[in-house]
Amino acid sequence: MLEGTTAEIRERKALRVNPAKTCQPIGAMYASLGIHKCMPHSHGSQGCCAYHRSHLTRHHKEPIVATTSSFTEGASVFGGLANLKTALENIFTIYEPDIVSVHTTCLSEVIGDDIPTIVKKSEEAGIIPEGKMVIHANTPSFVGSHVTGFSVQCAAFVNYLAESNGAKKNVINIFPGWVEPADMRELKRIAELLGVEYILAPDTSDVLDSALDGEYKMYPDGGTTVSQLKAMGDSLATLALGPMASALAAEKLTKKCKVDHSILELPIGISATDAFVNALRIAGDVTVPRELEKERGRLVDMVSDMSQYLHRKKVAIFGDPDHLTPMIKFLVEVGMQPAVVVTGTKGKKWAQNIREICSEANPEVEVVPFSDIHYLHQWIKANPVDLLMGNTYGKYVAKSENLPFVRFGFPILDRVGHRAFPLLGYAGGLRLIEKITDAFFDKRDREDPDHEIELVL
Amino acid sequence: MSDETAQNDFPMGDGPSAAETREKMLEVYPKKTQRKRGKQMLVNETPETPAAIGANSRTVPGIITQRGCSYAGCKGVVIGPIYDILHITHGPIGCGWYSWLSRRNMTKIRHPEETNYLQYSMSTDMQEDHIVFGGEKQLEQAIQEAYDEFKPKAISVYATCPVGLIGDDIHAVCRKMKEKLGINIFGFSCEGYKGVSQSAGHHIANNGVFKHMIGLDDTPVEAKYKLNVLGEYNIGGDAWEIDRILRLCGIHIIGTLSGGVSYDEICNCHNADLNVVMCHRSINYMAEMMEQKFGIPWFKVNFIGIEGTKKSLRKIAKYFGDKELIDRVEEVIAMEMVDVRPVIADVTTRTKGKKAALFVGGSRAHHYQDLFSDMGMKTIAAGYEFAHRDDYEGRDVLPSIKIDADSRNIEELDVKADPERFNLRKTQERKVALEESGFDFSDYEGMMRQMAKDTLVIDDISHHELEKLIELHKPDVIGSGIKDKYVIEKMGVPCKQLHSYDYGGPYAGFKGAINFFKEIDRMISSKVWKLTRAPWKDDSDSQSTAAKEPVAVS
Repeated sequence: MLEGTTAEIRERKALRVNPAKTCQPIGAMYASLGIHKCMPHSHGSQGCCAYHRSHLTRHHKEPIVATTSSFTEGASVFGGLANLKTALENIFTIYEPDIVSVHTTCLSEVIGDDIPTIVKKSEEAGIIPEGKMVIHANTPSFVGSHVTGFSVQCAAFVNYLAESNGAKKNVINIFPGWVEPADMRELKRIAELLGVEYILAPDTSDVLDSALDGEYKMYPDGGTTVSQLKAMGDSLATLALGPMASALAAEKLTKKCKVDHSILELPIGISATDAFVNALRIAGDVTVPRELEKERGRLVDMVSDMSQYLHRKKVAIFGDPDHLTPMIKFLVEVGMQPAVVVTGTKGKKWAQNIREICSEANPEVEVVPFSDIHYLHQWIKANPVDLLMGNTYGKYVAKSENLPFVRFGFPILDRVGHRAFPLLGYAGGLRLIEKITDAFFDKRDREDPDHEIELVL
Repeated sequence: MSDETAQNDFPMGDGPSAAETREKMLEVYPKKTQRKRGKQMLVNETPETPAAIGANSRTVPGIITQRGCSYAGCKGVVIGPIYDILHITHGPIGCGWYSWLSRRNMTKIRHPEETNYLQYSMSTDMQEDHIVFGGEKQLEQAIQEAYDEFKPKAISVYATCPVGLIGDDIHAVCRKMKEKLGINIFGFSCEGYKGVSQSAGHHIANNGVFKHMIGLDDTPVEAKYKLNVLGEYNIGGDAWEIDRILRLCGIHIIGTLSGGVSYDEICNCHNADLNVVMCHRSINYMAEMMEQKFGIPWFKVNFIGIEGTKKSLRKIAKYFGDKELIDRVEEVIAMEMVDVRPVIADVTTRTKGKKAALFVGGSRAHHYQDLFSDMGMKTIAAGYEFAHRDDYEGRDVLPSIKIDADSRNIEELDVKADPERFNLRKTQERKVALEESGFDFSDYEGMMRQMAKDTLVIDDISHHELEKLIELHKPDVIGSGIKDKYVIEKMGVPCKQLHSYDYGGPYAGFKGAINFFKEIDRMISSKVWKLTRAPWKDDSDSQSTAAKEPVAVS
């Protein structure tokens, strides 16, 4: 397994090996799927759209519907105007969405297609039916990562749709960041427990975790509606979860419609969930119900019960910046020791922040943005760790180094739990403790000599 | 009534006819789209003389298509599976990431000191400044770093969309680094916008493999019957099952292009006396070029399905012409059928007469009809994702296929006989004698000849057409790919992924067929489809739908 990987780390300036990120357009596609009756459209070669749909399908095990401009060599030379116009005509006629969300690719960016101009021409040509609309986000693959693609798309929702009618409503906007449908559902459950009226955008629950009931709906029941997106401009406040995925949209909304915003970490673990609950409590002027406090208490109880197995365990972890920050906070909270932290996305300030979070638990923590899984693997060969956390691609490292492995982040292609159970909130914390301790215990039960097998743990 | 008559009387089952189905599929489209899609959808009225289908033509923008791109066909399909070449994608990160282990080309390293590079995704991760100032330096540096770190025997470079547009000369960089590092380094200009589907990438890949690998190693291969299996990618271990069977027969495979194959095997595979072709679409170019340069004849085989496997083995034996081999092949078939027969007898009781539809690939939509037919199932509709007319209508239409602008841009290599190594494996007389006895060389009859009259043939099926097909005909099983799978299953129809095999397999050969029969049996017998509706949905009297009172414990 990964035979070519050695502990000898050479400086690499040009070669990415086993990336810990992918490209912007898939993030735009995922965000657009969280809008009700929205058709995500990839303006570029059809391979981009095929790859994004395939990978999102493998992760969610759900239909991922999206269209493409299907560029050929001719379109690449003469521009994609004709292709996009034809595409819009077909999409509105055949698939009847309320809104088409166009994102660009490296191809259409390099040739410089101007999407608003093409959309305007399509409007003039009568291709866009009355009451329907086309929005766009620029997501060249050579800038940022899948996370920034998600962020840019969320900002596009605000740019195109949010309106302010002057009268503020007692509603809180929540930008959830790139999390699972199950996590979005959990955010809504928490807000409902608190009695806060909210608009969650985007919202992939009930879109990418729809029921199997014998009927196929191209646009399932879920997703933020266009009218909700418009109404965001009249909300009292915005909570932007995950600075990389959500801050841009929240800032745009503040600027455009004067809706105050707070940027928070994703509510993973105890303190980050506390911060989210508290922010909701203050923004909505509500009291935290006893039920949620009990949930929190159950998580603290489990952390206490399992503490002996977590204490000072060294963790190698990779993923997206927004996921990593609160996850590392949680690891530190429960007594674990982050040893090496890698993300594929650029982020010097982010790295500094992670070092600060780890300053007590492990002042020597290795934090590397704009890096890859190969680097992480080489590092742990020279500095052994107790646990690996990251997306499915980590399983090759885990097998090669015989490490307990907890899957988290995007994508998870080989397990099913992320589809149904949140990692966010106190409930998600419980699940995380279960997953981490299970990973340790399963290894022990499998490998310990007979005379050391414990019945009770 | 014989089964064949039954199929002819009801080619589409109980639903509307193929012609009506086709009309209903086209109804919703805008006029221009209707015209274009109409050409790609045919009723198979004259299977013996198939009508001309629109294939290998541009995808209609805005249509939800199954198709991918040239890069996916080149790196993803044909070259990607060669495990001991270090593969570098030159471009932004996405293309390299999506094609990383997502196709199930299984492989085993031959020696413990080797590295299986398929576990690695390597890319130049192009950033904005590379787009502005050019990416050649980045590529050169990446090749150097890859060499320093891994010391591979060969490096292959793949261009993505922006690379072609900004004009990076990947071939010049590869030549320079080949000279500097002393290992084989070559590039593929397989930018995603080339051609109309993955198919352009296959052709580009064939050209590159032929130019940069084939014929590099003349070491003789000591085997009585030696051949290459072309167009077999070892999804789920198919190539290993084919290898197992051929070994039992005493036939040696030099190279399987390109599933589970090594760089050295490809460099040496021109020593074979025969090329047999599995996936005609992706590799017929290679078969042709190897025949032109080295004189190696080729013919089409199909190891998918019991009848197909038997026929293919017998044809190979007949080609070599030794009685010893012909007899051995019969022994192997008889031996293998001992395990196959009871499984067929069992599953057929549940599968006979059931309806299948297949929309996949450039050969699988044809090959898998054999497996369904082995189980007594009917294929009511089928189509390829990226095939050409010859894959539908047979190679005899090749001279009449017009070369359009999209195909013209894909290089056709000018291949001449190698003066020293050209060697006619069969004398002209022997070849003619074989042909006279009904033996076809360089053959492929295409999918439509095999399909029943008045079934539906749909090229590059769209999401809408697939939905309509299910709505009107509710097939018992559909073979397709990952992007359609859950659409189909939401409608209550099981879908077998025939790109990835849903992480099962192998399905080739005898053991593979047994796996497939059992899998299809599982899928169509699964109880989950009966659970899709809650009982109270169909019955207002909730008491009557309640389960019987549980049995008392004691």
